Amino acid sequence: MLLPAVLITIIFSYVPMGGLVMAFQNFKPYDGIWGSKFVGLEHFRYLFEYPDSKQVIINTLVISSLKICFGLIVPFVFAILLNEVRKMFFKRIVQTLVYLPHFISWVILGAIISDMLNSNGLVNQTLQMFGIEPIFWLGEGNWFRFTLVVSDIWQNFGFNTIVFLAALAGVNPSLYEAAEVDGANRWKQTLYITIPSMIPIAVVVGTLSLGNILNGGFDQVFNLYNALVYDKGDIIDTFVYRTAILNGQYSFGTAVGMFKSVVGLIMILISYRLAYKFAGYRIF
Amino acid sequence: MYNRTTSYRIFTVINYILLTLVSISCILPLVHILAVSFSGSAPANANLVTLIPIDFNTDAYAKTFNNPNFHRALLIGIERTLLGTVVSMVLLSLAAYALSKDSHGFRSRSFYTWFFLFTMLFSGGIVPSYMLIRNLHLMNTIWALVLPVAINVFNMVLMMNFFRAVPKDLEEAALLDGAGHFRTLILVYLPVSMPAIATISLFTMVSHWNSWFDGLLYISDYRKYPLSTFLQTIIVQQDFNKINADVNELQNISQRTVKAAQIFIGMLPIILVYPFLQRYFVKGIILGAVKE
Repeated sequence: MLLPAVLITIIFSYVPMGGLVMAFQNFKPYDGIWGSKFVGLEHFRYLFEYPDSKQVIINTLVISSLKICFGLIVPFVFAILLNEVRKMFFKRIVQTLVYLPHFISWVILGAIISDMLNSNGLVNQTLQMFGIEPIFWLGEGNWFRFTLVVSDIWQNFGFNTIVFLAALAGVNPSLYEAAEVDGANRWKQTLYITIPSMIPIAVVVGTLSLGNILNGGFDQVFNLYNALVYDKGDIIDTFVYRTAILNGQYSFGTAVGMFKSVVGLIMILISYRLAYKFAGYRIF
Repeated sequence: MYNRTTSYRIFTVINYILLTLVSISCILPLVHILAVSFSGSAPANANLVTLIPIDFNTDAYAKTFNNPNFHRALLIGIERTLLGTVVSMVLLSLAAYALSKDSHGFRSRSFYTWFFLFTMLFSGGIVPSYMLIRNLHLMNTIWALVLPVAINVFNMVLMMNFFRAVPKDLEEAALLDGAGHFRTLILVYLPVSMPAIATISLFTMVSHWNSWFDGLLYISDYRKYPLSTFLQTIIVQQDFNKINADVNELQNISQRTVKAAQIFIGMLPIILVYPFLQRYFVKGIILGAVKE
């Protein structure tokens, strides 16, 4: 019964791994994998020397570190605030609304966001009401990064809150009662009970997301960027798509992609180890 | 339970206001686009519409549905979603059933588990995958959109965990009555794990409906684009070269209200299945994420 799934996985996941040979060749579609010339690590050397690709690696690191960092803080705080709500009805409505954007694709969100961030779109109109000059959100490198990080968090914070809420639900109520008897107010209780009990799960989520450090979020960047912001906004995945698929530099693209996969794998293994060591966390 | 100090009351009020604002911010953009889609073109193009339609009308939707390209893309999107979900669910339940057996009954179980898990950690990347699809002559077929994503390992692990929770007595009874593994799966496991099947099907449907990049990559004939890819090229990239549209149609497509209508139709199925999805996913995610 496993056979169909195994076959599909071999064909569509393992065979492409074999295709990574292309990274060490000067691959020409006409000659195929077997006929193309072997060039060793030349494409990898190029990757670290070529200014564009260096810039792309830096962009990816900057963008994804910001996303990981704020993507951890915002749900953390949000879960604490939501946990203070006693009216179940209100709590449920808030949860329903904030989870929603997570399920809408970046094609749709990208279209909506670029419409709203347009030079005379809704956001800039609002800013102008307060006497602020319109901002070129998607056309200026630093603002573009800012937009990427904020919109990514906007899309996902609700969904990422789930894990923290689960951690909060697991806190032993007698801890709060004891603190109350000792005269701790709500703020003190949050400081000494709620936050410490969320730290382990925050450590796990944070460490595990390190495995994604070279993922800047292809869907999002691809649907929001344009040639004006390539210098600050181009990430590894979008760069691979443009160089390899659009410009036909298959081998170089494969090498860049492979660099990303290998670093990703190493990061996942390390972070998984760390999460296990510091928080006793195991998935399997 | 809580000390009703003044400062805590003030905090509560501020907290409610803050949470309300945050929640509103999550749907505000969607309401805005809906309002634009139902507005007249003049106020929409002049950026006068915020959250309530001005000059309410449904012209944009009429134009959208009269556009044969949109129509076709919509149908292909639906076809892809249904076909992809069925294929995935069949493969996933077969595999998850086998993997849910303990290592007594199925000795190489842990080998296969790692065989699948490894693909979550490492992949060949887009260039080798693209070459593979080309070499298999799957370019421009719907199978290029369905088969490579048919096995979602995360969903497989979820389903496997649900199957493990099926009482062993039920299975033994079925086996004693002479049912083989296939019949046990279909007559015992699937009916018992309906909530899991529903959740994972919904997840699969959502991801098929939303994916657009594989369409861009594996399909070069715009007439075979599923809706998401179509919207990506027309609305996001604004690449009208890919569809050979006549001047009239171009004018229609580039109207702001028509774009808004297309965007809204693109997310409509998600908004419709969302209430059903939401009921299940919280449990599912926690099961998958913080499992002991």
